[in-house]
Amino acid sequence: MRSTDNRITMMHGAGGELMGELLDRLIVPRFSERAGVDGPSAVGLAALDDGATVSIPPGETVVVTTDSHVVKPVFFPGGDIGRLAAAGTINDLVMMGARPLRLTLAAIIEEGFAIADLEKILDSFADALHASGAAVVCGDTKVMPAGELDGIALNTTGIGSTALIIGDANLQAGDQVIVTGTIGDHGMALLAAREEFHLTTPLRSDVAPLWPLLAPVIERHAAQIHGMKDPTRGGLAAALNEMARKSGTCISIEDGAIPMRSEVVALSDLLGISPLTVANEGKAILVVAEEVAEDIVQMLISHVLGVDARRIGRITDEYPGRVLLETEVGGRRFLDMPLGDPVPRIC
Amino acid sequence: MCLAAPAQVISISDNTAVVDYNGVRTAARLDTLTEPVAVGDYVLVHTGFAIRRLSPADGEETLRLFDELAQSLLDSEDSPAPELPNPATPVDETERGS
Amino acid sequence: MPRPFHFADPKRGKALSDAIALLAPPDPLKIVHVCGTHEMAITQNGLRRFLPDTVDVLEGPGCPVCVTPTADIDTAIGMARAGAVVCTFGDMLRVPGSHLSLDGARSEGAHVHTVLSAADAVNVARTTDRPVVFFAVGFETTAPMTAAVLLDSPPDNLYVLASHKTIPQAMVALLELPGSRIGGYLAPGHVSTIIGLPPYETALADRGVPTVVGGFEPLDILYAVALLLRQRRDGVAKVENAYPRAVDPNGSPVARALIEQVFESADASWRGIGVIPGSGLRLRRTFQRFDARKRFPVEIDEPVDAVPGCRCPDVLTARAVPSDCPLFATRCTPLSPVGPCMVGSEGACHIWFRYGGERSL
Repeated sequence: MRSTDNRITMMHGAGGELMGELLDRLIVPRFSERAGVDGPSAVGLAALDDGATVSIPPGETVVVTTDSHVVKPVFFPGGDIGRLAAAGTINDLVMMGARPLRLTLAAIIEEGFAIADLEKILDSFADALHASGAAVVCGDTKVMPAGELDGIALNTTGIGSTALIIGDANLQAGDQVIVTGTIGDHGMALLAAREEFHLTTPLRSDVAPLWPLLAPVIERHAAQIHGMKDPTRGGLAAALNEMARKSGTCISIEDGAIPMRSEVVALSDLLGISPLTVANEGKAILVVAEEVAEDIVQMLISHVLGVDARRIGRITDEYPGRVLLETEVGGRRFLDMPLGDPVPRIC
Repeated sequence: MCLAAPAQVISISDNTAVVDYNGVRTAARLDTLTEPVAVGDYVLVHTGFAIRRLSPADGEETLRLFDELAQSLLDSEDSPAPELPNPATPVDETERGS
Repeated sequence: MPRPFHFADPKRGKALSDAIALLAPPDPLKIVHVCGTHEMAITQNGLRRFLPDTVDVLEGPGCPVCVTPTADIDTAIGMARAGAVVCTFGDMLRVPGSHLSLDGARSEGAHVHTVLSAADAVNVARTTDRPVVFFAVGFETTAPMTAAVLLDSPPDNLYVLASHKTIPQAMVALLELPGSRIGGYLAPGHVSTIIGLPPYETALADRGVPTVVGGFEPLDILYAVALLLRQRRDGVAKVENAYPRAVDPNGSPVARALIEQVFESADASWRGIGVIPGSGLRLRRTFQRFDARKRFPVEIDEPVDAVPGCRCPDVLTARAVPSDCPLFATRCTPLSPVGPCMVGSEGACHIWFRYGGERSL
């Protein structure tokens, strides 16, 4: 780098030599596809052409998704914006039943951003990608003057393909509801890290790409997975309510069956925020035909990302469109769509 | 305004303790307690101040009170004895979390 | 990991529920509690399912920010505009005063800070030269903390806008309101950790209202309800302690001494209710130097408590449940609240909205 102070400058986004160096040094080596992934006429990242090509297996449908990421803080316990962006987009594809193939990566960076931090973020992004067998195929970099953007924002578009699309709302009475692991980790970890609460905890975000966990399950049982969704913003409550509304069925959940880390339970008591309303970034909800539920749970718990997978409920027709919570002590209440503003209760 | 959660005392320094809520730690002032606490004790904490010392024996006693009342009320109405769990079973039968 | 004070096992829940069913009164009975944390526990755990048809449990004025009079909010805003840094608990921020909330004042440039405790306000005072006003809201569980802080060599620029209230007097006042028909009180567990049982015995003597001090675990609450129904069955009206692990009959002498050293009883105005004699805490003369009202004598207009159509006064006095208010969940939600019961995190409307509160499911 010609720049002597190791920070992003306006020149890095200007399309000239400094930007070329940035791409050559930071981007291309991390993200060039493994040889042989695409055919001889493919145009990939290393070509740095105006666009790139993506080959889709014959007979499959293209699935596309896009996301922008502005998480603060950029580095949080258990991950960073890079890992979050990669995992988030990969997981959106996986929730449709699609194999992740290619991602785009666009970064808008504030002037003065530390290049060392950028490298960490790119490393995290690359690690998450490689775990899923996907590759970055094109991208973009822009730099905003200092003060006009808070740090960094990422946008990722994901392209995948599948022979069978899995929706999020084909739920049938009698179906079983499964979660792939502990609920509330990401949202609570970020809340706990806020300085004003003076809390310390080993709790970390669960941010992870789910293709390695779910690929075998999708391969074996796609036709019996009637709904699949990752409970990100708004948490389990939002995702379940969306599924219930779209399908017109009732989702009945046993509160005591939902797997939760003790730290998440403790934070819930301390902050007065329900773990069911905070984001999860490495978990999925599967609603499946009853006859395959047990097999799916067994497949999940045999993988490191799914060790805490459990059945947590079932689909009924008691209150169509609503989510019902059977509480631990034996009570009942509706679990409604959250407002999306987890505000800690102070006292 | 009663939100107070039980936590275990990890360390004490002057009038402040570090307390642990099953994996989440924070500081709590001890000025509002009636009795001294030791490391390992449980305390109820409200807005950063400990208001009460609790011991696990208190927990067992609580369960005994519940069981006694239920038993006496159900018995006194000449109904068959309810299926109560053995009071000697561990305090929390429905543990969750890792 | 063990949770030694978590009491929610369904077998005991069923046993207590069966006992409650046997004690079901023949005529409608209204049990009132005065603690947002009780309402949270009841609603989140769906405990109303365990109640017989003739028994209702309602929240009364158990939300300190909901019952803070608009005059106090207007005064705090006036202080912020006059140059003080006002420190307040989080959910007080958005409670509407006569014209705007502290949050509204903040977006107009006033210095308003959220704190988690009185001790936090001290930290704020140490980091600025400006005068810092701690808006001291809360019942007897929270007052000792304000007292402790004032007794612990606070910085010269710390002031207190004393708005603490005491619960037993409000419990009496509620009995005298038309249409209240209160058949039993579930008294607040952690307030009682501080004050013990005598204040209820004194305040409610000869009122014929069974009173049980209850804890906050699901089984604690079912246990307390069972004791209340047993008192009704036996024609008895006394103060019973259903939370002995956290409540000594004489409360916490240390905490009470802190309160008594710094505060004295005064009449206080409760939003939605009016003046309740002897229900407030004001700074004693020896602590006048901390009185924010003396440091910032703010003139406010005639305060406006009520909003047309809003039934917060009825909800706060346990004469209505949130779903009785026509604005509930339609025009009035936590994101666009009309009255204080929807803003305060311990308000019945806020809790019912967030946690699916219903009479029963």
